[in-house]
This record gives sequence, structure tokens and C-alpha cells, in this order.
Amino acid sequence: MDNRSWKGWLYLLPALCFLGAFLVYPLMDVFIYSVEEGYNSASQTYFGVGLYNFSYVLHDTYFLQALKNTFILVIITVPLSTGIALLISAALASVRKLRELFQTVFFLPYVTNTLAVGLVFMILFKKTPYSDGLMNLLLGLFGAGPVDFIDGPYWAKMFVLCFYTVWVVMPFKILILTSALASVSQTYYNAARVDGTGRLRMFTKITLPMISPSIFYLVITGFIGAFKAYSDAVALFGTDLNAAGMNTIVGYVYDMLYGNSGGYPSYASAAAIVLFVIVLTITCINLLVSRKHVHYV
Amino acid sequence: MKVELQHLTKIFPSRDKKGKDVVAVSDFTFSIPDGELIGLLGPSGCGKSTTLYMLSGLEKPTGGKIFFGDDDVTDLPAENRGVGLVFQNYALYPHLTVEQNIRFPLENRKGVGKLTKAQIAEKVLEAAKLVQIDGLLHRKPSELSGGQQQRVAIARALVKMPKVLLLDEPLSNLDARLRLQTREEIRRIQKKTGITTVFVTHDQEEAMSISDRIVVMCAGVLQQIGKPQEVYDDPVNLFVAKFLGTPPINMFRGRVEGEQLFIGGDAVLRVPGVRDGVVSVGIRPEGFIPEEDGPLLCKLHNVEVMGRDVSIVAENDAAEAPLIRAIIQSDTRLNRQADTVRFRLKPHKVLLFEPETGARLRFGEEERHG
Amino acid sequence: MDYEKLERRARLRDRTRKTLVYALLVFWAVLVLFPFYWMLLTSVKSYGSYNSEFIPRLYTLTPTLENYLSAFQAVPLGRYLVNTVVFTLATTALMLVVTVLAAFAFARLNFPGKDLAFTAFLSLMMIPAELVVITNFVTITDLNLRNTFAGLILPSVTSVFYIYLLKENFAQIPDELYYAAKVDGTSDLKYLWKVMIPICQPTIVTVTILKVIECWNSFVWPRLITDDANYFLVSNGIQEIRENGFGRENVPAMMAAVVAISIPLVVLFLIFHKKIMAGVARGGTKG
Repeated sequence: MDNRSWKGWLYLLPALCFLGAFLVYPLMDVFIYSVEEGYNSASQTYFGVGLYNFSYVLHDTYFLQALKNTFILVIITVPLSTGIALLISAALASVRKLRELFQTVFFLPYVTNTLAVGLVFMILFKKTPYSDGLMNLLLGLFGAGPVDFIDGPYWAKMFVLCFYTVWVVMPFKILILTSALASVSQTYYNAARVDGTGRLRMFTKITLPMISPSIFYLVITGFIGAFKAYSDAVALFGTDLNAAGMNTIVGYVYDMLYGNSGGYPSYASAAAIVLFVIVLTITCINLLVSRKHVHYV
Repeated sequence: MKVELQHLTKIFPSRDKKGKDVVAVSDFTFSIPDGELIGLLGPSGCGKSTTLYMLSGLEKPTGGKIFFGDDDVTDLPAENRGVGLVFQNYALYPHLTVEQNIRFPLENRKGVGKLTKAQIAEKVLEAAKLVQIDGLLHRKPSELSGGQQQRVAIARALVKMPKVLLLDEPLSNLDARLRLQTREEIRRIQKKTGITTVFVTHDQEEAMSISDRIVVMCAGVLQQIGKPQEVYDDPVNLFVAKFLGTPPINMFRGRVEGEQLFIGGDAVLRVPGVRDGVVSVGIRPEGFIPEEDGPLLCKLHNVEVMGRDVSIVAENDAAEAPLIRAIIQSDTRLNRQADTVRFRLKPHKVLLFEPETGARLRFGEEERHG
Repeated sequence: MDYEKLERRARLRDRTRKTLVYALLVFWAVLVLFPFYWMLLTSVKSYGSYNSEFIPRLYTLTPTLENYLSAFQAVPLGRYLVNTVVFTLATTALMLVVTVLAAFAFARLNFPGKDLAFTAFLSLMMIPAELVVITNFVTITDLNLRNTFAGLILPSVTSVFYIYLLKENFAQIPDELYYAAKVDGTSDLKYLWKVMIPICQPTIVTVTILKVIECWNSFVWPRLITDDANYFLVSNGIQEIRENGFGRENVPAMMAAVVAISIPLVVLFLIFHKKIMAGVARGGTKG
């Protein structure tokens, strides 16, 4: 075998420095911050140690609003985006003509700047004194009244946020599912056809079980991603999310850290840890559920 | 069920626009009597699998017709054709148990043909018993050996009592011993069920040993149909002669002068009815008889003893391959130390072919059995 | 059995299914492309004509480039673009050096504590950025690195996932090649440079492209660490433009800015779409 030496660590050194300074140390530090009560960032002093920061955050109406927004967003967008992605990928897999073109087009949002395209969505949905916007024009065709999706009622804003979130996450999901579908051998379908299997049964009994690991992967990463939603909301509603009532947990963390109401790293840390615990719990539940329904071959 | 193919043709369009279309199967006509086992034989890429897929309905023919009994099924989708198909790699659903795999085709039935749970269970057990895997019903395919997976695949194809059973290279993924055992098993099951069966293989020994009839194909074109022994003894052309038989037929450059066949300078055989000229001569390994004054002189290379038989490996300048091989019984007298060996030839083991076209040149029928 | 009826029904079903499938695909393609069309369209409508359309029009007959002029003149869009290019190139270059060295150590070298170190590395993949960003913000502020490139770049360099991806690829190179090189007296570093990197070039290209996309679109960290517009990246620039750039009403100019910052990545994507999609399919995640 190769000569064992400490030289390997030399090659690792740059990575260790960066990771240590910007990943490991901050990870430990965030737990310390979260229990330091009354931390003052200017003087870097604090009164004592305890769970007050958590209690503050959990009683803060802004945080509760952010929590509610995030949960609604997660519950709507994760199943919806996964379902639509499955539908579209299945459609893609069943055609041959123009398939690559469609695939490329569908992936386009992945490389675009969330903030920039969010601005376009805002323009499309916004109602201004000059114009009701394109969406309202469409709604008008169905006889629905103009709604301001950006500054209007809560459900309208939530709708746009969900819509945009789905639009943004779809490329990744379609890509993963399309490659999963492509990896299912054609012979299984041939065998099923010869045995007289209908399309639907083929999909539920063969395709779904065989791509279940990928679906499960998307559900887990989808949950994690949706819980961390932030940029999409900023893109649509601007940086002052609390005022718009559309803040998310991550948005709350950043606002606590910096911004109009900023300067409270302790509160930010407590909120970040609460988020982390939620994500961890949901992921564990996912793992438990998946044991029954995911087929690893 | 009788199966009939009429002028069946399949042309695959070329991948790129400039290339030529590929004719996989060309003007294929033959009929399979009810209850027979047919071996579809040919080198890889000869169109035999394509033919099988057209029979199953998975590939649509470019031209021609397919009949099951009196029904034209050419355009009938695979779902409605009611054939059983065993794939080369078995295509067992990896996430289902053996039992669920076998049950799968039965659960597809709707309407009148729909079965109750008890009926399904009974049929599954019956099929599993037929292929002797009834002890493995609750395993997953990944927990089975290759031979067991093969049996499951056959059970799944048989459970719905197909009109026609199609097997696509079913033995190619098994080791030699298992292959022998399984092919007898397939023969037994086919006899027992009496289902018309088409069996695709590139292994001539496999096809000859279990088929009622073999169909030899080459480059999409049907070469010959017949009982295995007939095709072996009386091939219609050079390709069939070369493709059948192990060890393969020995080929020589020969010449006919005045109804006398010459190999090199030796006049080896009288061939009445063949015109003068150059010919390709094929001699089956069992067609040589070593005799001290035999007409064909060869340099003796070595002698391989194989128990019952002895194989003489020799050289001849007129042979197409560097070495020729003759098989004789081990009790034949033979001087193994000699540098040369002389052979007399059995006339019915000598086959003549047109050198350019490979077409068979027949000679004096009455003398062949003399 | 009536075969002809069966055949007819099968053909009809097939055709209906195909139509529905293509309808769905076209619908989604329109949904994906429409925002891009709309931003292009709006960016070439003149300020006057845009604002006079109470009912937005789906086309324009008098395209103009004046919005692009005002986008680059009224706000320092050029500066944002340059900043982003500098940030992206520097971060990606540093990331490549760090990642290649670390992946090489894990894949090829043998050193005490390697397995433990690798396990620790893998577990770092699970740490969400949101947890560590707080301390990093404080650290960078304490080091007086706010509104500097160093402050922007340093915390953005490492990606455990890319180290993992590259290590897996490096590990596939047969050991014999290494021994052969050793026998010929090649040093480790030279072997890495002359053999491993060329062989794994596709993965390295993939990692590079993914990192470039990530950098170009990064928003959260730059937003925390810069409040001086001289150091804004495009994402922050867009946000700035939106909030107090041209005045809220100059939508065409905003769209011109959006087009300007989207073009580099879209062009990159159109050139490398196969590589990018293959790379992401192998396990990339957004951001």
C-alpha cells in the first residue's frame, strides 16, 4: 500500500481552514449565541445563560407569522411540485419527438436568477393604478375581479408565492425524475404489455415502485428546501417581508441579524435552531415513512 | 394454436438521415403447426429476436401478415394478443415477490375474464408447481439463482395459458450445466402443456436438441426450415451447412472434372451430375474414414482422445482453415506416429457448393446411400 | 373476439394519449418561457407606451433600446455586473484549488485519521447554511471585512458536496496508474496535475459550472455583508433597483436590467446545457 504519511493532511489543509472557520466554528458558536441572554453586539456582552432567546422568538408575532407562512408554503408546494413534476416527467418519457428540446426548456429556470425572474412575476401579478397587470387580465376573461396579488389580500399573496416557488423548484424535480424514469429498463414495460397491462396499472405497479427512491429523495430535499424559503419571497414582496406579512423563518433569521430590525444575533440563532429542529424532525418522519413505501433494488 | 407468418418484413429507419435503412427481417413466410416447438436459429443480428417481437406485438411489422389460427393479428397490440413472452434477462419485476410476479398477468384481466382471488391463487400455485418453484413463492427475484429466475419467468409466461409461448434466448444467461438441465425442462413443460412455442437462440446445439423444427435465419432472410436432422444432413446452402454442427464442417477448395471431385491433386469422390468447375467442398467431421489407401492425403497434426470418440486434427493445403478435424470411433485402428493420414470419404457427408453464391450443388442421389 | 374493434380502439386511445401528452408539454413550456418572453418584451417597450397600456399588450411594434441605456446609466448596473464577475471567478477558482486538493487527499493519499476525517467531512454536508451564516456575519463584521471582496468571497468558497463528488470520481482511476507514475519518479502533485485532473475533466467542468451558477445567483450572503452599492452583486443590484432604482414606475428599465443580468447565465446554459443537466442530475442541489 502507499506509504502512510502526514502529507495527506497538507493537501487537506486549505479545505480544513475554510471549513473550520466558516462551517464548524460557526456551527458551535450558533448554539452558544442562542443561549446567551441579552447579548449586545456593540459591546459584545451578555447578562446570563438560559433559554430566554427561544422563549422570545416563540412568542414573537413576527416569528409566528413566519412560521405559519412557511408551513403553508411547505404543505402546498412540496406535494404539488412533486406531483406536477411526476406528471410532466412521465409525459416527457413517453414521447420521442422534441423530447430534448422540451427537457432543455423545462430546465431553463434552474439557471436563472431567482431575484430577477421574481421581479418579472411581480410585474405580471401586480395591480397598479396604471394597469391591472396581465394576470388580472386573464382572470377577467373568466369573470373574476382584479386582485392585487402583491399588495393585496393574504391568500392572493400566498398564491403568488406558492406559484413562483413551484415554478422555481420544478426544473430540478423534472430533471431528477426524467433521469429516474429513463433508468427503468424498457423490458419491464414490454413484459407488462405482453401480459396485457393497462397504462395506469403499469404506471402505479411498475414505474412508481421502481422510481420510488428518486421520488423519496425529492420529497426530502423538497421539504428541506421549502422550509428554507426566502429569496422567492424577497423577489416578490421586497426586503421588508414583515410589513408585507409574508416573512419566512429564514427571512426572520436574517431580519433579526441585520436589516431594519436587526442587531440581535442571539434571537437569530434561536430562530435558526428552531428551524433546524423542525427540518430534522420532518426529515426523520420522512425516513420512517419511506421504509414502508420505498423499494430499493 | 397454429401460427402463420406471411411475407413478414421489418425495416428499421436508419438513426441518422444519411445512413441506409436496416432490413431486419425480409419477406418471411412460414407456418408453425399447432403444439410444436420451433427453434428460431441464427447468428446475432440476423433478425430472429425482431421476428419474435413482431409475433408478440411489441414491434409492428413494416409489411406482411401474422395469423394466429384463422385470425389476422398483425395490427393487434401486444396487450390484446395473449402471448407469453420470456425475455433474455427474464424482466422479473424486482420489487415484487415471485408470487406477485406470477400473479401479475392474471390481475390484468378485466370484465368477463376477471378471476377471483381464489382462482388466481390456484393458478399461480399450479404454474409454480409446473416449473418446480412452489417453495420459493415469497422470495424476491434478487434472492434467486439464475436458473430459478428463469423458471419464474416461464411460470409468469405460462400462468395465463397463452396461445403462443415465445422464448427469447432464454438460456443465454445460465452456466453450461444449468443450460443443459433447463432446456430439457423447457421441452418437458412444452410437451406437457402442448402450447405452440417459438424459441430464439444463436446456439445451434440448443436449437437442434429440443426443437420439433428449426428455422435457420441469416441477415433477415429465412434460409431453411425443417426437422433438425434433415437440416443438418441436407442443408440448402453454405451458410446453413457452416452454421450447424459442432465441430463445424471442414471446408476445402475443390474442383470437378468429368464427374470426379478433386481436392488438391487427389481424386476423392465420384460426383455424378455435377458440371466441371471449381467448387467449395464441405465435409462433416464424421464423414472421414481413415484407410491406408484412402484417396485424400493429409498431414497428421495430432490426435485428441475424447473417450468415446477420437478427433484427428490434420492439415491439407486445399483446406480453407489451417486445420481440419475428423471424428472417428475410438476403436478404429490408427497409426498415431505417422506423419500423414489417408481418408476415404462417406459420400452423404460430403456437400458441394457453388463458390460464389454458396448454393448447394447436389450429386447422384442413388449413390449417396450406397 | 372482434379484433378489428380492438385494434381501432387501441389506435384511438393511442392518438388521444399522444395529443394530451403534447398538450401538457406545450402548456408547461409556455409557462416556463412566458416570463422570459415578458421581460424581453417589456424591456424593449418605451416608458411612455408601457405606461399607457392599461391592458398590457403581448407584442410591440416599436421596439427600442433606450431602456438598456437608462439601465446602465441611471444605476451602476455595469458595476454590479463587474462585481459579480470578479466575485464569481475568484470564488470558483479558489473553490477549485481547495476542492481538488482535498479530493485528491481523500481519494489517493493514505494518512493517519483519513477515515475519521472523511466521515466528519460527510457529516458536514448536513449543516444548513442558515445555521452558520449568523456567526459568519459576526466574524466578517469583526474582521472589518464588510463591503470588501474578501468578505464576500471567503465564506462562499467551500462546498463539501463538490469535494465529495470529485473524490468519488478520482477514486475510480485505477491504482495501477498511480503506481506506474510512482515507479517513473512522478511526484504526487505532478501526478494530480498531469493524470488525475485530465481524466476527471468532465466532473471538474461540471463542478465549475455549478459553482458559477451558484455564485452568479447568490443573494443572501452578499445582502448581509454589503450595504455599499459599490460592492453589490447583481441580485442585490436588482433588489436595489426594485426598491429605489428608477423610481417604482419605470418597469421597462427594470426589465432591461433583469435581461442584462440574466443573459450571461442563459448563454452559458445554452452552450453547456448537456453538461449542466448531467451534473445536476448526479446530485446537485440548488444553491
